[in-house]
Amino acid sequence: MNADLEDVDAFAARARAWLAENMPLADQGRETFFLYAATHPTDDEVLARAATCRQLQRRLFDGGFAGICVPREYGGQGLTPAHQAAFNREIKGYDYPAEIQASTFIPCMAVLLEFGTEEQKHRHIPGMLRGEEIWVQLLSEPGGGSDAAGAVTTATRHGDQWLLNGSKIWTTSGWWGDWALCLARTNWDVEKHRGLTVFSLPMSAPGLAIRQVELVNGSKDFCQEFLTDVAVPDADRIGDVDAGWSVMTRWLHHERTISGGSPYITGGGNRPSDGPYEITVLVTAARRLGLIDDSHTRGLLGEARADALVQRALVESVTRKMATGALPHHAAAMLRLFGGTTNARRAAIATEVYGEAGVVWAPDEETNAQVGLGYLIRQASCIGGGTTEMARNVIAERLLDMPRERRADTDAFRDVPRGPRASSTP
Amino acid sequence: MFTQTADQDLLEATTEQYLAATYPPARLRELARRDSTFDAALWKQGAELGWTTLLVAESAGGGSVSGNGLADLVAVAFQFGRHAAPGPLIGTNIVAAALGRWGSKERHGAALAELLDGGATAAWGYAPRLGRRAPAGVRAARSGDRVVLDGTVPHVETGAPNGYLLVAAVDDDGTRSHHLVPLDAPGVHTAPLGGLDLTRRYAAVALRGVALPATSRVGEPGTADDHDEELLDLTAVLQAAQIVGAMERAFAMTLRWTGDRYSFGRPLGSYQEIKHRMADLRTQLEAGAAVVEKAARRVGDGAGDARSWASAAKAYAGRLGPEVIQDCVQLHGGIGVTFEHDLHLYLRRATVDAQSFGTPAYFSERLVRLVEAGMQQEETA
Repeated sequence: MNADLEDVDAFAARARAWLAENMPLADQGRETFFLYAATHPTDDEVLARAATCRQLQRRLFDGGFAGICVPREYGGQGLTPAHQAAFNREIKGYDYPAEIQASTFIPCMAVLLEFGTEEQKHRHIPGMLRGEEIWVQLLSEPGGGSDAAGAVTTATRHGDQWLLNGSKIWTTSGWWGDWALCLARTNWDVEKHRGLTVFSLPMSAPGLAIRQVELVNGSKDFCQEFLTDVAVPDADRIGDVDAGWSVMTRWLHHERTISGGSPYITGGGNRPSDGPYEITVLVTAARRLGLIDDSHTRGLLGEARADALVQRALVESVTRKMATGALPHHAAAMLRLFGGTTNARRAAIATEVYGEAGVVWAPDEETNAQVGLGYLIRQASCIGGGTTEMARNVIAERLLDMPRERRADTDAFRDVPRGPRASSTP
Repeated sequence: MFTQTADQDLLEATTEQYLAATYPPARLRELARRDSTFDAALWKQGAELGWTTLLVAESAGGGSVSGNGLADLVAVAFQFGRHAAPGPLIGTNIVAAALGRWGSKERHGAALAELLDGGATAAWGYAPRLGRRAPAGVRAARSGDRVVLDGTVPHVETGAPNGYLLVAAVDDDGTRSHHLVPLDAPGVHTAPLGGLDLTRRYAAVALRGVALPATSRVGEPGTADDHDEELLDLTAVLQAAQIVGAMERAFAMTLRWTGDRYSFGRPLGSYQEIKHRMADLRTQLEAGAAVVEKAARRVGDGAGDARSWASAAKAYAGRLGPEVIQDCVQLHGGIGVTFEHDLHLYLRRATVDAQSFGTPAYFSERLVRLVEAGMQQEETA
């Protein structure tokens, strides 16, 4: 232990005083700003919030509380996960740049810290910590959802630069991000995991077209990108050529730590409200609808309450067991599966409690709209970030050691079947 | 699945070894044919392993291994579930907890000492209900320096013949107080009941003019309503722990089966449908264990939200536990519904625990009431 390191309690006290002086209080009604809200803000509102996030991040940086676990040479504080955890406790109740924690700090900054060159780290990480560089992930592709290693976006080398061609999708915040990590295929003649390379590129790069994807609930924050001869200098390659999958493994690991356990995110996992699914909000709605004495409705409310508590206990318990080694890290797939199915169920419960009021609403009935639109989009909780089917495979094969699925993609990637409508190979 | 300290591990490991050696499934089938399954010598050995002292403070003769006796005891209850073991573990511990908390040394010290050293067992006569059919109940009438109890307790788990019954009775003033009734007191009539569990025995208890010294009362007059709720928290957590134990055993048997059983030339477990089902069951098992572990800590620590956690544990494990085991039966196919196969031992245990001392729906409703009470407090504050 470094003797110069500030004591965690002293740090927490300093953070408490600083937060009270410098950070605004959270708006309780708006803490689920873009990702979870069922009724979506306009593009102008999103950009305004993004600007606020940048300012708040700058304030954290100037106050000495940005990048708590990031080495000082890259603009961080050089402290420990215990300091970050203490700061996350202290920041409860304050507004903070919640919407840029993922993807800027995890996985992008975490990947740069592990795989970036010194030049790359000095060039980007201080800007990230100052709120000047918001990073996004160019990872999924239209042709392959859960199969990240099946990427067909291709990078071809021309001297000291690469030309990228292809399409990426499900890029959260892609239309207002500044920089991106991008997974691309650099070799079609080897097994699929061994022909990938990771690049970094600005979202303003010539040849990169961005389209906002509208979801069924009105959200337009996910994007699809079309890359046409996008030039990336070799100096912006992250990790070795064709070694992209070893970067990806860590990339995906850091992405999964969004639900807790990352040393690089501020305020992570302390979302204080479940919006329309918060039990007191559901009880209030049942009262207003005259259903609070209906035994079936009460049964639904009890189920929602029990599930929420069980989910909280499960996250705590599995996180602890993974930390102590009592469970392997693949156990995180149980959290993903339980979280997905429980969120889908609570959307169904709320819809049943609201009944007609959740499908037809007055202009000022924001919560009713959240319930109705939340139901429409509910399967997203079982799809995004890896489907629950993938999670079940991981649990069965890695945790329970059951037989693996037979693979049809072990040949040179060029020869792997991609379906009758796939693009031709380069 | 619950232990967090080396001392808890030791308690669980010795319990596991003892139950595995004492109550293999063949022995459980033998016991199934007997009227009484209680073995005084075996229970005493269990008490020596530490099964009976954990919910009682050291000052009252008990003692935990981790400082949180309920967190310790769930490890024992988990193993009782895994082995579908006989023995009135929950009732004895609940009554010991009541005597330790609210009894007095002079009045109840001797009975408590018997429970702690395994010389006697006890049952808590309590049956919460959702509907209007409240149990007939017990009335207490003062008669000089004695109290006379009349009424019925619909069912209790039986144990040692010289056991005790803790029951709430309605006093002359309409309030309820707890009384400790020796089962061999004159006027106590027990009638054996049938039931699902092969190794635990139940009886209906009728109290007809049971005259006890007024000192049999446990706690201040009129405290039984509150105390019953506290005992229900403890019971809910312990039952949920047993259910999780039964789930764990059934799941482990089923996982082995999916590797051993071949269909159409492949192991059952190579079919993705079966793998996904097993993934769901494994996750529900982990979720059950997690909420029990959390509830045990919160209730054991006397935390403000303890009642919600206890209710969530019983509501979840009670609802999911028997369903998980039924799915294990389904994955076994025909063999799973035979008496010869062991799966039903655990299905019986989980189902009885899920439905007694309050159904999962009862605890779900209790959760809603707790939310409403919290909201009302906020509103008045």
